Amino acid sequence: MSDKEIIYRHSRAVRLTHWINALVLLVLLMSGLQIFNAHPALYLGQASDFDKPILAMNAVRTEDGLKGVTTLFGREFDTTGTFGLGGDAANGYQRRGFPWWATLPGHRNLSMGRRWHFFFAWLFLLNGLVYLLWSLGSGHLRRDLAPSGEELRHVGVSVSEHLRLKFPKGDEAKRYNVLQKIAYLLVALILLPLMLLTGLAMSPGMDAAFPFLIDMFGGRQSARTIHFIAAGLIVIFVVIHLVMVLITGVWNNLRSMITGRYVIEPTEKRP
Amino acid sequence: MSGQRKLDRRGFLARGLAAVSTALLGGCEDLSNQSWVRRVLDSAETLTRVTQEALLSQQALAREFSEAYISREFKANGSTNPDDADYVAQAKNGFADWKLVVGGLVEEPLEFSLAELRTMPSRTQITRHDCVEGWSCIGKWKGVRLSTLLERVRLKPQARYIVFYCADALGRTGTAADKYYESIGLADAFHEQTILAYEMNDRVLPVAHGAPLRLRVERQLGYKMAKYVMRIEAVESFIPILGGRGGFWEDRGYEWYAGI
Repeated sequence: MSDKEIIYRHSRAVRLTHWINALVLLVLLMSGLQIFNAHPALYLGQASDFDKPILAMNAVRTEDGLKGVTTLFGREFDTTGTFGLGGDAANGYQRRGFPWWATLPGHRNLSMGRRWHFFFAWLFLLNGLVYLLWSLGSGHLRRDLAPSGEELRHVGVSVSEHLRLKFPKGDEAKRYNVLQKIAYLLVALILLPLMLLTGLAMSPGMDAAFPFLIDMFGGRQSARTIHFIAAGLIVIFVVIHLVMVLITGVWNNLRSMITGRYVIEPTEKRP
Repeated sequence: MSGQRKLDRRGFLARGLAAVSTALLGGCEDLSNQSWVRRVLDSAETLTRVTQEALLSQQALAREFSEAYISREFKANGSTNPDDADYVAQAKNGFADWKLVVGGLVEEPLEFSLAELRTMPSRTQITRHDCVEGWSCIGKWKGVRLSTLLERVRLKPQARYIVFYCADALGRTGTAADKYYESIGLADAFHEQTILAYEMNDRVLPVAHGAPLRLRVERQLGYKMAKYVMRIEAVESFIPILGGRGGFWEDRGYEWYAGI
């Protein structure tokens, strides 16, 4: 036990903004799916070409009754029960994109979904600004997140170690490893700001105030599609993040994100 | 730590997470129905409106497109064929006897026939129509600027909102309480692109899109752009009108300020 070391891993600002962000992103995701369900189709360009959605979830009447059909780039998939059509014959079918258990509120209510979404979008913005300004001011970004040239050169080694579920110990565990740094930077500096900008690009008011928002993403419907894809990428990040939290010592990780304290396992010394 | 205990802990954690998420989501469900939550959530609407008003200069125009961008299919949403008896009769003779009534807090209440509106200076714009549901269509609109009419009737100083009363009833009962109506503030009312359109894509405005006259408020969402406009009223407050929130959809939970 004596060679175990406890370090102060996460500052108060990181811990606070992390948990606020976790809650805010969950509400934004679920209320976002509610909004998506009001018109469960995505398009490219300035306007909706209803004949050519790149993604659409519809309930379609066939000879065998109602079916949920998801169209992706013109290919049709039967997604009855998952996307397009939910429920069953006994309790009645529901036409909807995503299942109602994934949305907020948990039944069709676009106006409430919008209210949740925009209120939490403001929290998201404020929390994100606090995090970014603090990260710049305190040196967190430069000290803890920016990967060094040395680290980037050895990114392949880190990938292969991760694939073998071999994680840094000892002194190396006191810092984020290079894959963590890249993942966190991609999310904090690219994906989350992209969510904000594509979200604003869907606002007719903001489009009039800042026409570059429309051009930046190639049109409002493209912005809506990118908003959806970026949200999906964040979900993938969160899933990987949670898996990593679980397999690299869930209690140590959780404690460090709550109290800041993190136990460094000594480098392996086999008895 | 033994492997067994580790597993127990994981099981405990998984159950705990499930419980927390159920409580959170179920909680949000209940919360949606509580009035104080509604008030807190509604505060974002004010924040959004004030911010956008600060960012939007009075002159800032919504993007206008070239003819090539006009949507082949412009979705007609909401009412597409009002069954109001007066409306049906007027539609039958091409709205020849139809008159737009402009009144309320104005110095000189006036009525305008469709022919008169067509002789007034017009504006043509190809703009994007964004539905609250998420889709967009691009169409070409020709009409008279709302500001032109308001300058003719001269607003009284107390007037703060312009209310539009429509021929269509979207609600279930089809009574006066379910008639479509909308309201906008004076900044939007006097905006260059705020027009009462009588033509769409170089043709007489079709019934499905609001004949004989529909409002265009290009910096807000589609539900603000009332179709089948019959009467315009300048008011100091829209609270006494129908549900008191300034519009048909507003009375049913949607934001009055639909700039987002």
